Amino acid sequence: MAEPKLHILSVLVQNRAGVLARVSGLFARRAYNIESLAVAPTDDPALSRITIVVQVESTPLEQITKQLFKLIDVLRITELDPAEAVERELLLVSVRATPETRGHVTEVVSIFEGTIVDVGHDSITASLAGRPAKLDDFAALLAPFGILELQRSGRVALPKRVRTARTIPMRKVS
Amino acid sequence: MQLTGAQALIKSLEMEGVEVAFGLPGGCILPAYDPILESTLRHILVRHEQGAGHMAEGYAHVTGRPGVCIVTSGPAATNLVTPLMDAYMDSIPMVAITGQVPTHAIGTDAFQECDTLGITRSVTKHNELVMTAADLPRVVREAFHIATTGRPGPVLIDVPKDVLTSLMDWHWPSDDDVVAGLPGYRPTTRGNGKMIKEAARLITEARKPVLYVGGGVLKARAAEALRALAELTGIPVVTTLMARGAFPDSHPQCLGMPGMHGNYTAVTSMQHADLLIALGARFDDRVTGKISGFAPEAKIIHVDVDPAELGKVRRPDVPIVGDCRLVIEELVQAVVALGGVEGQPDRTAWWTQLEEWRATQPLRYQPAEPGEGLKPQQVIQELCDLTPDDAIITSGVGQHQMFASQYYRFEQPYTWVNSGGLGTMGFSVPAAIGAKVGRPEKMVWAVDGDGCFQMTAQELVTASSERIPVKVAILNNAYLGMVRQWQEMFYGERYSEVYLSPDLPDYVKWAESMGCVAFRVEDPSDIGPTIEKANSIDDRPVVVEFRTDSSEKVFPMVAAGQSNDDIIVAPEVTGS
Repeated sequence: MAEPKLHILSVLVQNRAGVLARVSGLFARRAYNIESLAVAPTDDPALSRITIVVQVESTPLEQITKQLFKLIDVLRITELDPAEAVERELLLVSVRATPETRGHVTEVVSIFEGTIVDVGHDSITASLAGRPAKLDDFAALLAPFGILELQRSGRVALPKRVRTARTIPMRKVS
Repeated sequence: MQLTGAQALIKSLEMEGVEVAFGLPGGCILPAYDPILESTLRHILVRHEQGAGHMAEGYAHVTGRPGVCIVTSGPAATNLVTPLMDAYMDSIPMVAITGQVPTHAIGTDAFQECDTLGITRSVTKHNELVMTAADLPRVVREAFHIATTGRPGPVLIDVPKDVLTSLMDWHWPSDDDVVAGLPGYRPTTRGNGKMIKEAARLITEARKPVLYVGGGVLKARAAEALRALAELTGIPVVTTLMARGAFPDSHPQCLGMPGMHGNYTAVTSMQHADLLIALGARFDDRVTGKISGFAPEAKIIHVDVDPAELGKVRRPDVPIVGDCRLVIEELVQAVVALGGVEGQPDRTAWWTQLEEWRATQPLRYQPAEPGEGLKPQQVIQELCDLTPDDAIITSGVGQHQMFASQYYRFEQPYTWVNSGGLGTMGFSVPAAIGAKVGRPEKMVWAVDGDGCFQMTAQELVTASSERIPVKVAILNNAYLGMVRQWQEMFYGERYSEVYLSPDLPDYVKWAESMGCVAFRVEDPSDIGPTIEKANSIDDRPVVVEFRTDSSEKVFPMVAAGQSNDDIIVAPEVTGS
């Protein structure tokens, strides 16, 4: 058995009520925790793309993927190899920023090419979009100043254009 | 043409060719029951919604057409959960229609409201809440399409009351509309040609092959194709609990049922096989025993219409996604291309081995001594001898189910109806009623246990009032027999909460009060004559209570979690 690793599934679904519950239910009933989840309509408003990151071994993942295919509202599933995909995530963070530390905080934000989106009396809120690992670093460097609130969007991903992503059985099934 | 949603719903069912629906009305579904008065649809009023679900299953089992049930919201919908799951596990085509509170009341904890869609999501192939009457014909068409194609299964349609009462312009979607409306649903039916050739090659090389036949062969109406393949290749056949009747038990190549209570030859042949040709079977744990010890030397050809079954339990050497009938037919062609009968290797040694197992390890039981309870095996054997080959046998779950599947000889497909995957006690009586409605010209016997019978017996009232003359054989051993067997064998004979009493309730009086003719049999010599008496009654249901020996156990047995190599056979029969 391979070590459980992070898998990114990009699931194209019909944009209808209840679809997310059907998809997430397949993970829940097998007691697999979804690490992150992002859902939004595609350029075709009738379709949505669900990007799921899940930590699971390859064998159960294959079964879950096949079960996902069986959902009537699922049109396509692509497993994205992180090495062959572009991933982005958005982070919003409120950090304690007193007059003494504010300069240090804004410096960190600008090094990461983040944006300060709100300023309070003794705190600021910054946003940063980028690869998930970059967001991890950003949060780690801000932590010593005192993080008041932090929210991440969950990652979205698409295959790299040059090389094509590995697509698991494209054929739709019963 | 303007119709109410209720009229559109019933008309849609008629358009789908539905002749019978099993159901029970209530508040939210009330509007749908009004147009039933003018409909060609026969509605069978059940006494409990679970009964409606199992009747729909029994009907679908024997006809191949989707079973339909109609119930109201809330508790009626939750009462349907068990049959829905049962149908999902055993791949039974079924369409369930549930009432729902009016759209404006959804989510307000209204009277008899429940989240039917949420509750039934994991027990249906698909479900749908209809929010406007105009959608009803499309949703009904899609439901029947989904329920009956690919791997069959139950589909639920949830209809709020105001959707039933509002007006819509009638229109009936075309086949193309249905397919276009389901872009994510494209079942594969044709098998991959290369894989089929590869399968034929493996078959033609195998010295010790076994055809491992599952319920999918019946779902695909593939019994004839299977027989052609079996006779062309001369390969022995095992039929799982879900596939009994797919291949005639009297056929010399039939080894019978494998699995936890399969016969020795069927179980052991798979353990020694060098090739398993799994057709519409899913390597259920009740068949494989401990999976690491299952058929260790066998290569696997796995044919299933559901790709998720391939590699789920055992990785196949040759996976083939497709409809069993189409794939088997192509497989026959591919085997013929490799020489057909002449192309098969010499399997004399294999058959010699199989015949030896058959001769030394037949199914066996110790006949009753005078004064002992009836032997359940004998009851089934006599039932088998006294019923025609095309009689339909349904069963509940437990010892009686295993005795029936072991000791009844199934000669024709669609003659055996039972709850295999979910193991639903109480299945047999309502399933028998549904089967009799679907095949009124056939004799239908429900083989039941006393525990099972008490769960759904009220549906005999339905059978009496609707004049559905099913017959019920209760193997009354006064226990939850299978649990008792496990407590005897694996819990040191510590019997905990398994005793039911032989005469509480009084089954004869109970059956009579429900409009049935009833008999009690306590003497072995009365078994046959009473069955014949029951067979002669065709204007009302008959219940025969057989007082059986509670110490009798089902053998052979592979204990849960053990390897099939560790099969426990029945003790040698002693005496004359």
